[in-house]
Amino acid sequence: MTMEVVLFYVAALVSMSSTVLVITRTNATHALIYLIISLLAVAVIFFLLGAPFAAALEVVIYAGAIMVLFLFVVMMLNLGRGSVEQENRWLKPSMWVGPAILTLILLLELIYLIAGSSVTTSGVPVSPKTVGVELFGPYLLAVELASILLLAALVGSYHLGRRYMSARREEID
Amino acid sequence: MTAVSVPIEHVLILACVLFAIGLTGVLVRRNVIFLLMSLEIMMNACGLAFIAGGARWAEADGQIMYMLVLSLAAAEVAVGLGLVLQLQRRFDHLDIDAASELAG
Repeated sequence: MTMEVVLFYVAALVSMSSTVLVITRTNATHALIYLIISLLAVAVIFFLLGAPFAAALEVVIYAGAIMVLFLFVVMMLNLGRGSVEQENRWLKPSMWVGPAILTLILLLELIYLIAGSSVTTSGVPVSPKTVGVELFGPYLLAVELASILLLAALVGSYHLGRRYMSARREEID
Repeated sequence: MTAVSVPIEHVLILACVLFAIGLTGVLVRRNVIFLLMSLEIMMNACGLAFIAGGARWAEADGQIMYMLVLSLAAAEVAVGLGLVLQLQRRFDHLDIDAASELAG
């Protein structure tokens, strides 16, 4: 077993444990930091699997842009100590045991279905140049559709956030 | 630049575990912020499965599908956080149950 294979399993363990910590935190900021750790671990896995461009995007867009967006909203909402106590009330074992057991059953079924094949990944990295050539060749229509989706999200979030911001401004004035 | 050769089922099982954790988060949590975070976890797990597929055949298609998932996640989180702001403004808390009264 080479060093890189060990790195893969270490990163997998880090990502799983920090993801469990994300959904069990009561403080939103702590959960966000654990989510960033989980995303960085997944970025390491992407790099090891031979997808360096996807790994860079994971760090820049997921751990960078999207998580900072979350952090801004958490700061704007100004959640105090009261929200942590409310989360503690909501996170009683009677609340989470049922759904957790049901998802565990589904997960075991999935693992049973996946396990048993002896196929390995190729071990050949796919360079960013290849990805770019494919992206603006056969996948050009998908890129245009993604840009329309992002434009729609921009307009929608501006519309939803505008009234909130104007209300906040009146409070400050 | 190196790439490892690991059994693809291990990568897919990792993706499934991450997806299941995210699904548990969506089912268990009531705070909208945590729901959105769990959705991000699930989308990230989908991206990991795509990358695993791309790494299996050493093709770029997996990474391209991952980028499409990424743009979908960015769009979803922008609108979702806008809804979070509306929820906080109208109800002063982030309980998802309050969203059933969000008509009009």
